[in-house]
Amino acid sequence: MSDLIKTNELESTTVSQEHLLQITNLRKYFQINKPFLKKNRVFLKAVDGVSFNLDAGKTVGIVGESGCGKTTMGRTILRLYDVTDGQILFNGMDITKLKGEALRKVRPQFQMIFQDPYSSLSPRLPVGEIIGEAVRVHSIVPKSEYKDYVIDIMRKCGLQPHFFGRYPHEFSGGQRQRICIAKALALKPKMVICDEPVSALDVSIQAQIINLFKDLQAQDNLAYVFISHDLSVVEHISDQVGVMYLGNMVEFADKKDLFANPMHPYTQALLSAVPVPDPDVKMNRIILHGDIPSPANPPKGCKFHTRCSKCMDICAEVEPEFKDYGNGHCVACHLYSQGENNNK
Amino acid sequence: MKKTQDKHYISRSESSDIAKQNRITIKELTKRNASYTRDDYVTQMKDPKNIVEFENLHTYFYTDNGVVKAVNGVTFEIPEGATVGIVGESGCGKSITSMSLMRLIQAPAGQIVDGSIRFRSNVRTQIGKEPIMEEQTDEQGNPVFVVAKDKLGRTRYRKIYEEHEEVLDIAKLPMSEMSHIRGREISMIFQEPMTSLNPVFTIGDQLDEVSLLHINGISKEQAKARSIEMLQLVGIAMAEHVYKSYPHELSGGMRQRVMIAMSLICNPKLIIADEPTTALDVTIQAQILDLLREVKHKISGSIMLITHDLGVIAEMVDYVVVMYAGRIVEKGTVEEIFKNPLHPYTVGLQRSKPVVGNDVDRLYNIDGNVPNPINMPKTCYFKNRCERVCDKCKGDFPEMVQVSPTHFVACYLYNGKEKN
Repeated sequence: MSDLIKTNELESTTVSQEHLLQITNLRKYFQINKPFLKKNRVFLKAVDGVSFNLDAGKTVGIVGESGCGKTTMGRTILRLYDVTDGQILFNGMDITKLKGEALRKVRPQFQMIFQDPYSSLSPRLPVGEIIGEAVRVHSIVPKSEYKDYVIDIMRKCGLQPHFFGRYPHEFSGGQRQRICIAKALALKPKMVICDEPVSALDVSIQAQIINLFKDLQAQDNLAYVFISHDLSVVEHISDQVGVMYLGNMVEFADKKDLFANPMHPYTQALLSAVPVPDPDVKMNRIILHGDIPSPANPPKGCKFHTRCSKCMDICAEVEPEFKDYGNGHCVACHLYSQGENNNK
Repeated sequence: MKKTQDKHYISRSESSDIAKQNRITIKELTKRNASYTRDDYVTQMKDPKNIVEFENLHTYFYTDNGVVKAVNGVTFEIPEGATVGIVGESGCGKSITSMSLMRLIQAPAGQIVDGSIRFRSNVRTQIGKEPIMEEQTDEQGNPVFVVAKDKLGRTRYRKIYEEHEEVLDIAKLPMSEMSHIRGREISMIFQEPMTSLNPVFTIGDQLDEVSLLHINGISKEQAKARSIEMLQLVGIAMAEHVYKSYPHELSGGMRQRVMIAMSLICNPKLIIADEPTTALDVTIQAQILDLLREVKHKISGSIMLITHDLGVIAEMVDYVVVMYAGRIVEKGTVEEIFKNPLHPYTVGLQRSKPVVGNDVDRLYNIDGNVPNPINMPKTCYFKNRCERVCDKCKGDFPEMVQVSPTHFVACYLYNGKEKN
């Protein structure tokens, strides 16, 4: 295992200029007890070895059920949490261990948009201040241009300039999400992590916000990590899609590849579970039985084997390797690794 | 008066005037509601095949900023054994419609102002009482029936009821009568299973309560047996274990199963499912929808499904009602709504939802927002967001136009196209 990480590191240093964001074997554990002896410590493995790359101007969609660690992963990439293990390369720079002033310097380059536009805006600040506060702190523009700059950003995000002095409670959900987007974009980031940005919005407003995301990406060459549980939204916005289950990435592929040819049984079940708005379509639904196991006490071997319909003997014993099966379609499943062994 | 830039701004004196007016109106309404007698609320169904008929229902909320017409003239019916879906965005009044049916509107601010909700109810009238017989075994081990006694040695009695079918107007029914209908004949599954289960009682306590309240002469043991049977019916493997657990020990999907089990205890005629899967993951949602469909067959009842997810609607329901800002804009069978949507809002709603496997470059979006619910215009509410707006739209809110025997739409585009 350690050899694998080393080779990955070697690769990453050589090709680091190609990708905007490179994540290698990212792990984030939370200690959930305080024992007397160190050896009795129990960890909740929220993110357990996730690797992927993101290019400038592209979107990676991350899907998974609640509790699978997608939000924790997003926050760890932004260094809102300390990294337990692994490496985050942003723009060729290792930000895994950055601290203090150095971290503060790079922070404007990656921003986050949170799920709930109702609780992520301070109710005591007017919109102009919410958007402009960070601009002032990081001195993005000279003081004289400050107000014009904020109004410019607001206009770009579909907010009218006279909203400058208003407070968040005066706005509807869609407009608040626009304020959140403006807040993130005001720092001229290269990458934005969107944590379920449209889940709290109505269908007709969702479409407006998704279109706004796409327009802004085309204008500013932004890169998105788009975290969502809604597969149809992810399919619409992403270039590449990663599927997570209990802290592991189980499948990662190009959007078209993944939706046309899902390889992992979990991805197949997830895709078949999406309701289609057409009464004639009768789906062959793969219904997963049971619930997602507790991440504090995950099953041995492949974490999905307790709910998998194609479970084999090996699945309960050995953790499958996350391997590339052509075209950058990576899967962690014994179904395919076994086939390969047989072929050999 | 000082005019501010903001048209939604209300000064303090204006607000107190509104509050004063509201108090008068609410007083009148409460007086009117108290004056209804039995003759007022026993009615007849328009079509005996229906189980519920909403007619011209108006539910208003009297707030200090003005009157919010949450439900503003809603007419539709739920046929027996059918699933009716109500779609709409948040704030369109779909939940308030269902809460009016259960009479759960928070008074005094919320009031059913006008209209009727006719429900075919099995009314029980007490005609006497009899002692409860308990099965026991004698010395030889043969079963014998003995009169049941309570802890103090008094004989336990069971009330004898006579049931007959009667059509009741729920909008005019006194609150005391409602408790016979709630839970027994109409039950409700709420959106958030965590907030709708009581955290300090076990699942068993909460399930037993329903049977003890509504099933006549049931003992605690029988209630427990029934609760466990229901838990098994909704596909909970370790029913005995779940019976003893507290809500926080269960996952979201399990809690929602418990809620469904609770709603099934009295074999209701109608289950109202208010966004039953919104708080759940896709895979769990598939399980729950599957379960709801199965359950409906088992109890041969009707379901009123409230959701904003068009995918869920297409999969589950027979009839669709599309609501916008407190009014029905279109209703029809599921094929009609999805194959031949007529109202521009329905069309926009369907086109703005991304569909897996259907790659479009840019999503269609309906511009603008839902209008402020206070001081709604007299015109069509969708006028400002509609892309097919015409001169006629300046008139009053359009009447419902019948396009086919089951398909209705409220839009001027289809006036004169009705089939007689």
